[in-house]
Amino acid sequence: MRIEYDRDACQGHNRCYLLAPEVFDVDDEGYAVLRITGEIPSELEEKAKLAVDNCPEYAITVVQ
Amino acid sequence: MSNAPQPPGTSGSAATPDGDSDLDLTLLEPVEHPPVEDWTTDLDHTISDYAQNAPEIWAELRDECPVAHTDRFGGCWFPARHEDVSSIAHDTENFSSRGIIVNDMGFRGESPVGFAPPITSDPPFHQIARKLLLGPFSPKAVAALEPATRETCRSLIREMLAEAADNDGVVDAATAYSQHIPVRVIARMLGLPETDGEKFRAFIHRILEKPGQVAVTPGETMAAYLEGVILERVDEPRDDLISYLAHADIDGMPLTPDHVFGSIALLLIAGIDTTWSAIGASLWHLAQNPRHHEQLRTQPELWPFAVEEFLRFYAPVTMARVVQEPVQVGQAEMSPGDWVLLPFPSANRDPEAFEDAETFVIDRQKNRHAAFGLGIHRCVGSNLARMELRVALQEWVAAIEAFELADEDPEAVRWATGQVRGPRELPVRILGATPPQPTTQPTGA
Repeated sequence: MRIEYDRDACQGHNRCYLLAPEVFDVDDEGYAVLRITGEIPSELEEKAKLAVDNCPEYAITVVQ
Repeated sequence: MSNAPQPPGTSGSAATPDGDSDLDLTLLEPVEHPPVEDWTTDLDHTISDYAQNAPEIWAELRDECPVAHTDRFGGCWFPARHEDVSSIAHDTENFSSRGIIVNDMGFRGESPVGFAPPITSDPPFHQIARKLLLGPFSPKAVAALEPATRETCRSLIREMLAEAADNDGVVDAATAYSQHIPVRVIARMLGLPETDGEKFRAFIHRILEKPGQVAVTPGETMAAYLEGVILERVDEPRDDLISYLAHADIDGMPLTPDHVFGSIALLLIAGIDTTWSAIGASLWHLAQNPRHHEQLRTQPELWPFAVEEFLRFYAPVTMARVVQEPVQVGQAEMSPGDWVLLPFPSANRDPEAFEDAETFVIDRQKNRHAAFGLGIHRCVGSNLARMELRVALQEWVAAIEAFELADEDPEAVRWATGQVRGPRELPVRILGATPPQPTTQPTGA
């Protein structure tokens, strides 16, 4: 499982950073930064999915 | 010639009570707001009947009349469903932010800057003005404010419990607790005296709760208050947000005086009764749901979900837009100049967008709530507000073992009218509490 992040759609709600800080960092302006661009380790999959399910702008998607 | 900005009173744009002014003054003859008989054709969000019954009104509209209208305010639309709220919030071509507070004065600002950038700005200026504020309100900047916020909450709880002890355990959680937290936090960030909270609340009542409906003299306006403070910071900058904005630049050009004033007014106005409302509404919920109160006391892993569910279920803020081009939303044909309210709280309870939308689910796992708006105008203070709400509730449940509404009838609580909805009076009875200990030595500062 991988995560795709759309910087243009992101409005800086920071929900992903709060729910899955191992997968998402946040820059100085509050926009998300994807920390893991490759395969998400299995122990973080649940957290990554949680981030996807809580993004108000649908800026994050799961790619299998 | 000095590059330093001048305060608004000297810029030739001071508020005047005509259609070109800001919202800081009032109509000479306030407009009547008669009771509403049909919310689908005559919705008025500034009367108490709306504020007391809003969730039921939203549900009725979502089912029966998804885009309601009223001739009040010179013509205003009310799309109640998530889908329409979202599409309008994302459509900055047809819907301008030059007017964000629906009012009787007919006041709408000028695109693309507006009277309080960036919330009243449209692209492309919006992003430039917004960039100035993103840093100070980023998650990492806000995290640094958490310890002081926690201490503020503990000290308020100690005072509140002392007051309750003298009054059979009864205290007003809105006026003794929730309203002070954002006042103190934002006053500290802006560099204004925390003791001026009464003044801030007066500005807010006049501008947000009863826009254009409360009499005021020019000397009592927010412009008059901020004018002196901004001048001081222009001459003698300190380590605060007013000094930062007074000396900020865009590509080397100083901000205009109106921009400085407008952004500061925004930070002062937007951060207070919004957060106050969210904290108060969450306490109102806990007072009636002791099981949730107990869960939060014993299961700290619930906090990240519970905070977002409080925000979804009790989202305080409804924004507004001004129609720019003729546009159709559902069956509604909107015309340039029309007001459109964006009721994010109604969108948050739309069963099309949320499972069990009308149920408060404390550990809700899928929660794409719109409490902080959608699209480019996402609340710039959302990280601050979220931190304040979490800390205020964490400290409350840590200290208060049990409490209930002092009046058994939940409808006895008075909810604010206008575009920011929350309990303004919240009498509760404390049934068991342990006053928090100070975490640091009092400094006396």
